[in-house]
Amino acid sequence: MSSEEKTLTARDLRVEFGLPGGRVARAVDGVDLDVAPGEIVALAGESGCGKTTLARTLLGLERATGGTVAFDGVPLRYSTRALKAYRRQVQLVLQDPTGALNPRHTVYDAVAEGLRIHKIHDDEPGRVAEALSRAGLRPPEQFFLAYPHELSGGQRQRVVIAGALVLQPSLLVADEPVASLDASVRGEILSLLLRLKEEQGLGALVITHDLGLAWSIADRIAIMYLGRIVEQGPVEQVLTAPRHPYTRALVSVLPAAPAVKAAVAEPIVLAGELPDASKIPGGCRFRPRCQEVASGNAAAVLHQCSGEDLHVLGPEAEPHLVACHLDRALHGDAKMAA
Amino acid sequence: MLLEFKDLRVTYRGSRGRLPAVRGVDLAVDAGETLGIAGESGCGKSTLAMAVLRLLPKSAEVSGEILLDGEDLLQMGWGRLRAVRWTGASIVFQGAMHSLNAVQRIGRQIAEPILVHEAKTTPAAAARRAEALLERVGLPASRARSYPHELSGGQRQRVMIAMALACDPDLVIADEATTALDVMVQAQVLQLIAELVTERGVGLMMISHDLSVLSAVCDRAAVMYAGRIVEQGPAGEVFANARHPYSAALSAAFPVIGDPAARMSPGGLAGDPPDPVRLPEGCSFRPRCAVAVERCGAESPELLAVPVRGSAGVADAARVSACFVAQEGMPVVL
Amino acid sequence: MTATNALSPRALRRARRRQSLSRSWAAYRSQKTGMWGLVLLGAIVVLAIATPVLIDASALSVTQATGGRMAPPSAEYPLGTDETGRSVLALTLWGSRLSLVIGLTATVVAIVIGTAVGVTSGHIGGWYGWIALRLSDWFMVLPSLVVAIALLAVLGRSMATTITVIALVSWPGTTRLVRAQTLTVQSRPYLERAKALGAGHWHQMTKHILPNVLPLVLASATLLVPSAILMESSLAWLGLGDPGVVSWGSILNRASENGAVSAHAWWYLLPPGLAILLVVLAFMLCGRALEAVFNPRLRGES
Ligand SMILES: Nc1ncnc2c1ncn2[C@@H]1O[C@H](COP(=O)(O)OP(=O)(O)OP(=O)(O)O)[C@@H](O)[C@H]1O
Ligand SMILES: Nc1ncnc2c1ncn2[C@@H]1O[C@H](COP(=O)(O)OP(=O)(O)O)[C@@H](O)[C@H]1O
Ligand code: SF4
Ligand code: SF4
Ligand SMILES: [Mg+2]
Ligand SMILES: [Mg+2]
Repeated sequence: MSSEEKTLTARDLRVEFGLPGGRVARAVDGVDLDVAPGEIVALAGESGCGKTTLARTLLGLERATGGTVAFDGVPLRYSTRALKAYRRQVQLVLQDPTGALNPRHTVYDAVAEGLRIHKIHDDEPGRVAEALSRAGLRPPEQFFLAYPHELSGGQRQRVVIAGALVLQPSLLVADEPVASLDASVRGEILSLLLRLKEEQGLGALVITHDLGLAWSIADRIAIMYLGRIVEQGPVEQVLTAPRHPYTRALVSVLPAAPAVKAAVAEPIVLAGELPDASKIPGGCRFRPRCQEVASGNAAAVLHQCSGEDLHVLGPEAEPHLVACHLDRALHGDAKMAA
Repeated sequence: MLLEFKDLRVTYRGSRGRLPAVRGVDLAVDAGETLGIAGESGCGKSTLAMAVLRLLPKSAEVSGEILLDGEDLLQMGWGRLRAVRWTGASIVFQGAMHSLNAVQRIGRQIAEPILVHEAKTTPAAAARRAEALLERVGLPASRARSYPHELSGGQRQRVMIAMALACDPDLVIADEATTALDVMVQAQVLQLIAELVTERGVGLMMISHDLSVLSAVCDRAAVMYAGRIVEQGPAGEVFANARHPYSAALSAAFPVIGDPAARMSPGGLAGDPPDPVRLPEGCSFRPRCAVAVERCGAESPELLAVPVRGSAGVADAARVSACFVAQEGMPVVL
Repeated sequence: MTATNALSPRALRRARRRQSLSRSWAAYRSQKTGMWGLVLLGAIVVLAIATPVLIDASALSVTQATGGRMAPPSAEYPLGTDETGRSVLALTLWGSRLSLVIGLTATVVAIVIGTAVGVTSGHIGGWYGWIALRLSDWFMVLPSLVVAIALLAVLGRSMATTITVIALVSWPGTTRLVRAQTLTVQSRPYLERAKALGAGHWHQMTKHILPNVLPLVLASATLLVPSAILMESSLAWLGLGDPGVVSWGSILNRASENGAVSAHAWWYLLPPGLAILLVVLAFMLCGRALEAVFNPRLRGES
């Protein structure tokens, strides 16, 4: 099976929510993204920028108001049966494993739930045991009858992952899989995702606001700002030589290795907060907080920053794509170069 | 010394018997200094913080000394203690979302401690002080009229900081004050905290499970494990060149971007923190330790000065570690 | 399978259920008032079941009555007699059977309707949820007497009518409770996880929502029984009950109709009145204790 197949694709994906007073929150506002089996893509950005909404839309838990989600080249349909079939292929791992497990269900029941939903009855205990051991809970039988409250946070997250793996999906969408876990346990779960990718060719979209996580496990990274991907490319390039002003700011406030320190000299602490998704500025959506505009570096392209919308970045893995007028002026049109 | 812990021990009495949450901690914070305390959840960080203002529940037995400006907080009468809370030392707790009163305007909430602790202040003056404090933490003074639900998480955390500063305390304790925040908002709040420390000369005790955050803000860092300090030293050093296997694992959990060694190899630690009711024999970290030696199972290591890399085996008084292997000058990571 | 599996997974699961039941029982037992309620309830139920053995049904027959008219307590009639000369003790004991049966049946019907409507309206929502909510509001404010009279006109006076009336006015309370709990469970991430696994409404409701609302329903049911018994009594007292059967309410009804009050025949009024009070008390005590057992757990798990 080539890696072109079984790819999850989003094209110009848009999700809007109606708010009281007739306003509209554009939570996801034009996103192109590909996730293929055997690769880990990180999606990073501030709280409220639309990461969870994007993930839920990719899983069909939320309906897109524009654009398409497709899997294996087939656009996602929302009939009960089509969704059910789709969800054998693409699975969700939630942020908080404690909340994601029903406190009244044993580990066995939690992992077998997917099998029961999909009416897979042959060798249920065997499949559950296998999924648990793939998720690193060994020997699996020992965990069958444990209740979630008897497990540690890391073990609970493994149970959630096992519950996803039992259906043998080709892709996982993990929304902040380690954010609620202790520092010492994070590593285990991330290693597990990495091992699943390397040994079993599983693909994953890992949503995070922690760039260090991307550095630890992701092949590619997409930086999201206010519903749009503003920079995307291979992790090494995006994180060690960030080009979009927003990415540069994000990277600059982290403790970084000397090589990166050279590329991003001073910590750039952006003032203010992410604007409301119902008040997305025209032109470049980052302009009100952009440090290049504030410092005057962007003076030459300022009219574009405030007046000219940027196109939606393509889903290509290579090269490194940036949605910024200043960057385009400096590096030439990324699209043309490509 | 502004704040000094001397052999502090806190034991909770509960349904599972006696639970030693803090087991003999010696620490000191000077005015104008920031001390970071790191460790995973349940290791006793919050207990330590709450002990300072005697906020622990009745079920907690406390022994040892906590000296604030030389005065033992544990022996203080209630009247004196009330004065010390706010004016002497104040705490910014984790999860500010839940500690603000939902039905009171934030201006009033900031002004309240001022009115309580400074009898001479008029309500109007207190309100003006509250507005000035809000501006100091980077919020417009008009925000004094907002209710907590109208603010974002980062803004509420700033309000909590403003409240903690209301009575000009000498010591501020921040317990996971930035944990729930985004990278950028966290950076904003950390920058604010750092400015306040230099500007007002307060002592700061900052608690976090993220050693990389502490290394960015603090002068010194102490790493806690199972109720004890297991390593202490200059914050950057502890993060970059740990002398205890546990600190090394904590550092590795937050990789340095651009560090080729961390690329595609998430660091971490197997196993769970020990159950405080049933601590292992010898070194309490032994069940999870990759470099344990025979001695570790029998004796509990003391916190002693350890040699660091490049010091040719000479112990550095500023670096202490409770690990036999580190005390011999050997590497603590495989 | 091997290792831990001397027993099959199913048997082990059952063992774990038993374990959690015994834990709940221990929590219940630690509540003194709840235990008193349980003992009292047990005694009442045993007495009600044993009545046919203790007292022959012929004691209820007006034609075979042997006592005097409204005679005060005596050796032969420890609680005196009614206006037809029947033993009030016999009437009260036999009445307990009917009062309990009506109370329990009406509660079961109300709980089943209430839970079904509550879970579906909370889970499915939309216009269906809106209509269900309005409907339950409407039934809630409807005076039970009006419902009773309307139904009696249509269905005639019978036990079934009494049960229907009580169930009709009782289910909205359960619906409210269940709906609120459903909405809380609904927002739990494990429902999102189930959806992402492909679960349909039926699976979500039966596997996740119902098990989480049932303990609460059980606790509220024990509080609903006494109110149903009270309602049955008041309907019967008003003469709206089944004329052919003996319940506590109907005894009181006949007592007041036959001038027991003006005759100072306290022995005629007191026993059924006290019996109602005791049953209500017993159920209340049990219900409160159950609530205390389940509620902290429900909260603790959230
Ligand atoms: N159901 C909804 N109705 C209205 N607005 C919504 C809804 N869900 C999300 N939003 C808005 O859409 C935007 C994106 O939300 P989303 O939850 O996707 O953010 P996120 O990037 O996952 O943030 P976090 O890191 O905090 O999880 C936010 O402005 C949010 O307020
Ligand atoms: N009120 C309490 N009663 C009993 N045990 C407690 C109480 N508060 C905390 N503990 C226990 O004390 C230990 C240390 O807790 P805490 O100081 O909150 O840790 P941290 O802040 O490092 O996460 C934990 O094992 C915790 O379960
Ligand atoms: S387009 Fe302009 S405003 Fe936007 S990020 Fe680039 S320089 Fe800043
Ligand atoms: S003393 Fe031994 S067990 Fe403890 S941390 Fe050091 S090497 Fe590990
Ligand atoms: Mg989110
Ligand atoms: Mg804590």
